[in-house]
Amino acid sequence: MATTYRTCPISGMQFEDQAEKLMRWNAVAGVLWLLVGGVTALLVILTRWPAIKLLPADQFYLILTAHGIDMLILWILFFEMAVLYFASSVLLRCRIATPKIAWLGFWLMVVGGIITNVAVFQGESSVMFTSYVPMQAQPHFYLGIILVAVGALLGTCVFFGTLVVAKKDKTYQGSLPLVTFGALTAAIIATFTILSGAGILIPTFFWSMGWIKEIDAQLYRMVWWGLGHSSQQINVAAHVSVWYLTAAVLFNAKPLSEKVSRFAFLLYILFLQLASAHHLLSDPGMSAEWKVLNTSYFMYFAVMASMIHGFTVPGAIEAAQRRRGFTNGIFEWLRKAPWGNPVFSGMFISLVSFGFLGGISGVVLGTEQINMLMHNTFYVPGHFHTTVVSGTTLAFMSITFLLVPVLFRRELILPKLCQIQPYLYGISMGILGLVMMGAGTLGVSRRHWDMAFSGAPFQYEWPGAAYLMMGLTGIFGVIAVIGGGLWILLIVGSLLFGKKLDGGKVSDKPTPIPANTQAASAVAHGSDHVPVPGTVILALLLFVSFVLYYFVNWKYLSEVWLLS
Amino acid sequence: MSAILPPSDRLWWKQPIDKVEWAWIGIAFVWGMIMFGMMIYWHIYGKQNLSNEAYKITPELFAAKAEKFIDENTIRTETDQHIPVVRVPPGGDGYLIARLWAWYPILELEEGQTYKIHLSSMDYNHGFSLQPVNINIQVIPGYEHVVKMTPTKKGTYAIVCNEYCGIGHSWMLGRIYVK
Repeated sequence: MATTYRTCPISGMQFEDQAEKLMRWNAVAGVLWLLVGGVTALLVILTRWPAIKLLPADQFYLILTAHGIDMLILWILFFEMAVLYFASSVLLRCRIATPKIAWLGFWLMVVGGIITNVAVFQGESSVMFTSYVPMQAQPHFYLGIILVAVGALLGTCVFFGTLVVAKKDKTYQGSLPLVTFGALTAAIIATFTILSGAGILIPTFFWSMGWIKEIDAQLYRMVWWGLGHSSQQINVAAHVSVWYLTAAVLFNAKPLSEKVSRFAFLLYILFLQLASAHHLLSDPGMSAEWKVLNTSYFMYFAVMASMIHGFTVPGAIEAAQRRRGFTNGIFEWLRKAPWGNPVFSGMFISLVSFGFLGGISGVVLGTEQINMLMHNTFYVPGHFHTTVVSGTTLAFMSITFLLVPVLFRRELILPKLCQIQPYLYGISMGILGLVMMGAGTLGVSRRHWDMAFSGAPFQYEWPGAAYLMMGLTGIFGVIAVIGGGLWILLIVGSLLFGKKLDGGKVSDKPTPIPANTQAASAVAHGSDHVPVPGTVILALLLFVSFVLYYFVNWKYLSEVWLLS
Repeated sequence: MSAILPPSDRLWWKQPIDKVEWAWIGIAFVWGMIMFGMMIYWHIYGKQNLSNEAYKITPELFAAKAEKFIDENTIRTETDQHIPVVRVPPGGDGYLIARLWAWYPILELEEGQTYKIHLSSMDYNHGFSLQPVNINIQVIPGYEHVVKMTPTKKGTYAIVCNEYCGIGHSWMLGRIYVK
């Protein structure tokens, strides 16, 4: 198929025509789902805020189901498709493989997303994101998700195909860039994830049609989490890639060590899926040995990988800044970073939130015995709002500030508001996660409409502190929704009303990435080593917080009833 | 040069890893092993481990066992719904049914005694959330989970359902007395 290649005058990146259109449509579709997810988020927050309690119970559970599906599946998956096409076609400067199949995948995802949303809003499918059997939704609820998964699988295959095209057309030499390598790990995990999803959702669809009599409730949970948790690992691999991308674009940062960073991505592939066992730690159907093995031996290798990225990403930035001459003291490189650029501030808040809040809370939550203190409490959504929202969503938001001029060729409107958006959203979301975890530590349940238990045969009064935490959840939740809404406004506003920018030169042929000169190779051979003391201090701070919080929870556990 | 270009050194896997990076990898690895060891340590020396004892069972069979237990050990009934309060024999077995939307019956335990509490669901997934102690266990239909519990303090405890189970989820509240 005839196609053209545009070289962006701002970034120097090369966009192939079909890939560019695919990225734009996927990103825009993602933003629209984020809008639906954001409206539902506001309704959820205003209902769980005890002083307001906006919706009646049936509507609350309906809206909560929609919020989970639209945010965790649709917003993130559509944006990730754009990331995959970017990491392959743009970074490798080649045409996208089989664009028609990529479009088929896109439209399957759109149609599937709409079908599932229709099912949810019809009111007979309020089964939550996890849709645990034997609670049953309407058949088209499952069918829609299956279509989305098939569409995503097609997109993933197009990504793999594009890597082959680049290799065959020799548009680059040597190994894949690190960001593309990270996206490749995300795509491999995605393939596994989608197959697990098919393995459970197709039988569940048959069951909802009456073709299968029964699905074992424990088996469902085990296979479903192969989808549910692994899909979060796609997010981790994708947003870590976006961190490296941001560091490379803004600072021309190179990885401290290609070997270490790539090895850490490999660990994600090898071990993260098995970590989905930590959703089953308080279940009856698995043995303690199985739980310990899957959550420790396997998960801790994945934790190690995240700790490595948590070191090498800021380390790469520090090294690049020091090379530029910001060498005074330990933290000049960080103080003089472009904090007014939302691409950087969003990325850095995402990095810190994911590490300090999401990472630490996730490992503690995933410890076999400690899980009993938190399983199904408000701690759980508190934790994953600091990973998948403060981490993934914020990283995607911040890179979009870069994509608007480069991919959409529009100038950002209201630059002052663009500057404050990552702070408003990132900080409120971080605090939201913390107060949610606080409420969960006090026992407050997730997915629960009424803290007062009206209609119950007995009374139970939550501690006053739990009400305080839920009130704070309401306040910071509303601020976070405003921050997220502001982002949608700025991005959509820029796409519609931003000043049009010059698209740059268009050519019929791709310009390959120039090969390295001998001199550049020589420089790379360790002679430009820069120490990174600031990053070491940050990493040690993370480690100390991690150890303290971990053992505090063992202390909590030792104080409850004895169990064996 | 950067992370968005192919590695400038084509033999990047031969580059040495910096000391600081090695140290951090080492810390992360050792910490992972400590956390791994901690779970095993707690299984041996800790006093709060979730039971491994579980059986596949039908809801009907579990309900029959629970009814027998309730008939033999009920000491009084409470509330307008006449929910039986059942004294679990110290050291013995107690049954707790999770169903739409109640925990049944009310159990009465003694401080310092160890009980085998059998948990199962008659219908959907439910969540056993003992408050204010904050112990949380998943209750799954088709599985009978036998959890050994030793209450450490007298009082009136609530069992909140913390797994979403439909419209009545928010009033699914049970009770345990510890004398």
